[in-house]
Formats: sequence, structure tokens, C-alpha cells
Amino acid sequence: MKRQKNLKTLIYHGSIWILGLFMIYPILWTIASSLKPENEIFRNAASLIPSEIRWGNFLKGWEGFGDLSFATFFINSTFVTTMVVIGTLFSSTLVAFGFARVNFRFRMPLFVCMIITLMLPQQVTLIPQYILFHKLGWVNTYLPLIVPAFIGGIPFFIFLMVQFIRGIPRELDEAAYMDGCSTFGIFWRVILPLTMPALATVAIFSFYWTWDDFMTPLVYLNDTKLYTVALGLQMFSDPSSLSAWGPMFAMSVASIIPQLLVFLFFQKYLVEGITAGGVKG
Amino acid sequence: MSEQADVAKYNSGKLQKQWKVDLIGFAFIAPWLIGFLGFIIGPMIASLYFSFTNYDLLSPPTWIGLDNYINMFTNDSRFWQAIKVTFIFVFGSVPLKLAFALFVAMLFNTKRRGVGLYRTLYYVPSILGGSVAIAVVWKQLFGREGAINDILSLFGIPSVSWVTSPDFALSTLIILVVWQFGSPMLIFLAGLKAIPAELYEAAAVDGASPLHQFIKITIPMLSPVIFFNLVMQTIQGFMAFTQSFLITEGGPMDRTLFYAVYLYEKAFAHFDMGYASALAWILLLICGIFTAFIFRTAKSWVYYESEGGK
Repeated sequence: MKRQKNLKTLIYHGSIWILGLFMIYPILWTIASSLKPENEIFRNAASLIPSEIRWGNFLKGWEGFGDLSFATFFINSTFVTTMVVIGTLFSSTLVAFGFARVNFRFRMPLFVCMIITLMLPQQVTLIPQYILFHKLGWVNTYLPLIVPAFIGGIPFFIFLMVQFIRGIPRELDEAAYMDGCSTFGIFWRVILPLTMPALATVAIFSFYWTWDDFMTPLVYLNDTKLYTVALGLQMFSDPSSLSAWGPMFAMSVASIIPQLLVFLFFQKYLVEGITAGGVKG
Repeated sequence: MSEQADVAKYNSGKLQKQWKVDLIGFAFIAPWLIGFLGFIIGPMIASLYFSFTNYDLLSPPTWIGLDNYINMFTNDSRFWQAIKVTFIFVFGSVPLKLAFALFVAMLFNTKRRGVGLYRTLYYVPSILGGSVAIAVVWKQLFGREGAINDILSLFGIPSVSWVTSPDFALSTLIILVVWQFGSPMLIFLAGLKAIPAELYEAAAVDGASPLHQFIKITIPMLSPVIFFNLVMQTIQGFMAFTQSFLITEGGPMDRTLFYAVYLYEKAFAHFDMGYASALAWILLLICGIFTAFIFRTAKSWVYYESEGGK
């Protein structure tokens, strides 16, 4: 009986590891290729162990293209991402508090409007927004990437915060109100400190989506000096540039390091955010 | 809803005048409201207008009535190709992705040791898979001299140029998307954990087989979660852009011409903004029809434990 149970456990863990190896293989392969000597990447392609470790790929990749190094792209991405995270936190908390706690007229119809925009394909507003930003002279600046975050550009985050604030006991608001706290005071002193875990979730998601975003910078940024990491990486696969495989893999790895670090340290908030949308919603 | 009654009592009534509450409420939602009117509703109306015009950004739009739509449906074989490719992509990737997600979630729905680590391991691809880095790498991984062919050759399978072969290019993109099943997996896992164990115990006592339990308990109890995943993944599928744009560039021979890629090409390579706007409205219509269809059929297959549990 016990033996059978042990065998079952062994099969369970064994099959999960084997399947897991398939799952993780492309990522390990990327990391391995970034360290391989250039002529080895496509010889023994499947191998995960470089014959010798070549950190030079990273140095060469970091130099970038012409007088543009990857440092520029990383600084650009960091700036855009930071601004978007700040903007998202600002707009999603304020708006969510309004929807969750203030009983103004047209609250429900407007809330429904917001939920509908959750499902709106990005492409539908892409062209008229481009025309609008073009007229405003914002093309080839970071404004089209950053400003939408400050005005609730991603309704998913508002939705997430509304769900969270609804879970905070209303007695807290009422007690504060009786003590003479204004509505903004309730928001600032009572609700906001309690939403910290949800704020972390929102911040992490908006970090991921902005860091990864390809289409928006592709559409709005023309000047290579303004390129984000995502666009910088794409330059490697440009057929007109000499393909340098080692540096390409090295910079691919470099670009995902921030994402991996955030994932490893803040996994808990990510999991909560994903499941909150799907299960409680 | 008692919650609303509470809000009403506390916010208005004796405590505050309604107009004051309105003012406060609109002040709080102002950022979103400005964005909604200025960046969503306004642009959408503008885009509907542009879809009836010929517009290249440089000269003012000229009204051409339904010409863009008529052209699209009767005279544009690439439009139909994009529709076909996108449908194959959505119907190929979404069911596979959800099936994998559910299968793995069920494997992880156990109190065995190490499950936390496994969950992390299986989720990593979803964190990174949408990035340009992985798209760029995917092209090489599945390239003629890439690792996949190297592994296949061990089994005597001749190498295939996955990315540039008309027969395999779309499958390569579907594999990339299915590989990122992490988010639906986590949602399924949370849903599975919420199913009371007594249901399974009772079924086991009655002699129900594991398969029977799966069909009669797991699927119905999980149906709201399946529903949510289905809607979200379908919409995401129709919007897919980066994979095709970066890995196959829509090719070979338009075999991976995603709708979003075609739209991008029309708008930002040909600057045919009127036509691209019409394409965008057709996309909205398609997504709307599918969402409505899933919602409409939901009544017959989504099971809600309590009426309040929506």
C-alpha cells in the first residue's frame, strides 16, 4: 500500500518536472545562447551548456547600434514605465474610490460604460487616437504613451481597485465621517492606506504591460533616440542590420531581467491580481 | 442591493445634499471621465466618420460613403485572408490554451509538496512570453537551424523551416500563444480550490469514476471561470499583433496575416486611415458578435451556485 503511494508520488513529480522542462526550455535556451560563442549558437543548437562562457555578448550588445547604446533604451523604458505606473496608481485609486464609495447620480450607468471599455479592442481607438495625437503634435514624444495612464487608460485597473475597495468595511468610512472627515479625507486617510496590497498589484501589472508594450511605441516613436527597449530589440531582427546573434540573445536576456526580478519578489501580488479579476469578478 | 441603500443613507439623505455628492463623485471619477469622453468615445465617433471617407492624414478627409466597406467585402482578398488567418488562430489557440490551463491547474490542485515551486515554473513563460525578447528569440528557436529542428533530428524527423514555411508558420505562432497558458491556469486553480471537497467525497461514495466526477462536478462548478477565461482569451486572440508582426511579418504569402497586422499596415504603412478605420469597426463588430454569442449561450452552460454569486 505504502509502496504504491510512493510510486504514485514519484510519477506525479516526475511528469511535472518533464513537462516543466518543456515549459522552461525556450527561456533556458535564450539564456544559454546569450552566453555561447557566436559560432556555436546554431551548431549544437539544442544544447543548453555553452562550451565556454562569453560575457562579451553582453558588452557588445550593450553598445547597441551606431551611437545608440542599450543604456539609452533602458533609460527611456524606465522613464516611460515609471511615469505610467505613477499615472495608473493616481487615476485608478481616485476613480475606483468614486465608483465604490460615492453615491453620485449616473454612477451605475457610468460604471457599466467602464466595464464595457474593458472589452474594447485596442485597435478600434488606435487610429483616431493617432490622428488626435498627430494634430496635437504629440507624435514622436512620450506623451501618447504616458498621458492615457493618468486618465484611466486601462480600465482593468479601475475595476480591480473597485473590487478591492468594496471589500473594505464601510463602518470605517462612517466612523471617519462622524469624526468630521471630508470625503477626500476618508479617501486619503482611511481607504488609501488599506489598499496598499491592491496598489502593489496594480503597479506590478502596469509595469509589466508597459515594459512589454510594443505596438504603442511602434506607432508613436519614430526617432531612434526615443526608442524603448522593446523597439531597440526589434532593431536586431531588422534585415538591413548585420545580424549579430550573440548580442541579440544577450540583450533579449537583459530586457527580461527586470521582469524576472519583479516576478520573483512580488509573485504573490501578481497571482492575486490575476485571480481577483477572474474569480471574484 | 443593501450596499447601495447603505451608500445612499450615508452619503445623501440627512447627511449631505445630493448635488454636493454629485460634485464630489464626479471630481473623483474626473480623470477616467475625461479619458472616456476624450480618448475613447470621441475617437470612436471620429473613427466611424473616417470609415466613410478617404483620408491620408495630409489632405482633409473626403466623403466616399460605403465605398470602404464595399471594397473590403467585394474587392479585397487580403481582408478575407486576414479574417481567415485570425479565425484559425483564435479557434486553434484558445481551446488548446484553456485545455492546457485546466489540465495543469488540476495537476496543481493538490496538497503535495513542491506545488508552489511548480506553479512558479509553469507561470514564467506567461510573464515573458508576450515580450519582444521572446518573439525575437522564438524566430530563431524555430528557425531552420534552431533548437527545435536540432531536437527533432534526434528522432530522425527532417528539419522544417517553421517560420518561413506556409504550412507551419501559423502553427508556430499558435504554439507560442498556447505556451503562455499561465493566467487562465491561475484562475482555474483558484476556481478549483473553491469547489467543496464534500461534493467529490459524496460522488466517490456513490461510486462515480474520476471521469464522471470531472464531467458532473468539476466542469459545472468551474463553468463561470471557464466563461470568464473564454471571453477574455477570445478578445485577446482577435487583437493579437506582436507575434505575427515580429516573428513572421504576416508572411509567408500572408499565411499569418493577423487582422491587427493588416490594419496596422493599412494605417501606418499606406496611411489609408479611412480604410483602416473601416477595418477597425469590422473588428469591433466581430468581437461584439462573439462576446454576445458567448454571453447568450452562457445561460445554458454556466452554472451559478447562488443568484447573488454573479
